[in-house]
Amino acid sequence: MISRRQLLASIPAAGSVLLTACKDSLPPTFGSLFDASNTLTFASHRLLLRNQPLVREFTRDKITKNFPAINETNPKSERYQQLLAGGFAEWRLPIAGLVSRPTELSLANLKSFPSRTQVTQHNCEQGWSAIAEWTGVPLGRVLQEAGMLPQARYVVFHTVDGWWDSLDMFDALHPQTLLAYGMNGVDLPVAHGAPVRLRVERQLGYKSLKFLSRIDITNRLDEVEDGTGAVGAAYGYSWYAGI
Amino acid sequence: MRHNMLVRATHWINFLSFLALAVSGVAILIAHPRFYWGEAGYFDTPAAFELPLRVNLDQTGWGRDLHFLGAWIAVINGLIYVAWGLVSRHFRFTEYNSLQRFAYLSVPFGLLPVTILTGITMSPAITAAYPVLFTIFGGRQSARTIHFFAADLLVLFLLAHVIMAIRAGVVSNMMGMPARQQ
Repeated sequence: MISRRQLLASIPAAGSVLLTACKDSLPPTFGSLFDASNTLTFASHRLLLRNQPLVREFTRDKITKNFPAINETNPKSERYQQLLAGGFAEWRLPIAGLVSRPTELSLANLKSFPSRTQVTQHNCEQGWSAIAEWTGVPLGRVLQEAGMLPQARYVVFHTVDGWWDSLDMFDALHPQTLLAYGMNGVDLPVAHGAPVRLRVERQLGYKSLKFLSRIDITNRLDEVEDGTGAVGAAYGYSWYAGI
Repeated sequence: MRHNMLVRATHWINFLSFLALAVSGVAILIAHPRFYWGEAGYFDTPAAFELPLRVNLDQTGWGRDLHFLGAWIAVINGLIYVAWGLVSRHFRFTEYNSLQRFAYLSVPFGLLPVTILTGITMSPAITAAYPVLFTIFGGRQSARTIHFFAADLLVLFLLAHVIMAIRAGVVSNMMGMPARQQ
């Protein structure tokens, strides 16, 4: 029989095991009071969304004109301007990390996947919202094709203008999470992130990165870039933006 | 007679979270002080009205963080207060006149639920699970506009509440929050 002293001594050990187990399923940003409430939001949303419902989709007549283009609208880098001039024929999207078949997808490769078209509302963190039609490949389909390994937990996205962000598999594998190459029936315009942007419909617009340049699959975010999970963290934007 | 410890604690926690919500609400608002009706609304669409505020795009990060921290504390604190109130039969309004009773009942049963529900109608995640919220409020931008007015009314209620408390002569022992006017 274990003594009371032994039992008490074992509590911190059990606690740390529990904490580690929990920590693994929490978003990468925690430690402050803000992160505690954001984690509470994250956890309660995961409970509410456990059956992976789709966001509302509209009919085409609800598409709004002059969808706002904010942040980067035409990356100045020489490389991007070359790709643009060549109609993005030379553009490649490397898929690397925890996959059994690392690959580099061209725009034609992406368009050869079964596509999905959805008319959804874009919710900007500034407060405005607009409706557009997006056409692309569900990200999950691409990850499946690359042979995502069982230990994979996060997908990290990089852009030609140096932005980066990440999703966990719950959002990455959602059917409406797209690598979008079409908008309102035409090729994705430059101002909206040509040739391919991300669509993450259940979070604020800042998670839907434009101008994708690379995708990495990983099992931990603390070793990616500055370890915060997203470049937006440096500007005070929370990693999880389901609000 | 003074309120007990729990009532006083929840009252002042509620006050602090309300303050946090009001300040952070303004921080979020000034990124886009235009209001719309319906689903969508942005720079090129006509605004229902626009506030003459200088646009500041750089306050929304901490603004949202503080807003949701305040909201969680307010909701949890409110649930504790209501649970205690029901168990101890604390809710008695016999000493209030009908106007006071209307004001003090319309906040918990009117303004607060509307503010909370319009708030979560702005969440792209929660509305994926409960699209009925869009039906109730007529769209995301309508919900944002209603949220703004409901919050304004809550601020007005707070001011009236403070003025009434002062006029009732409870300033000197305000920290003790008397249960009824002596």
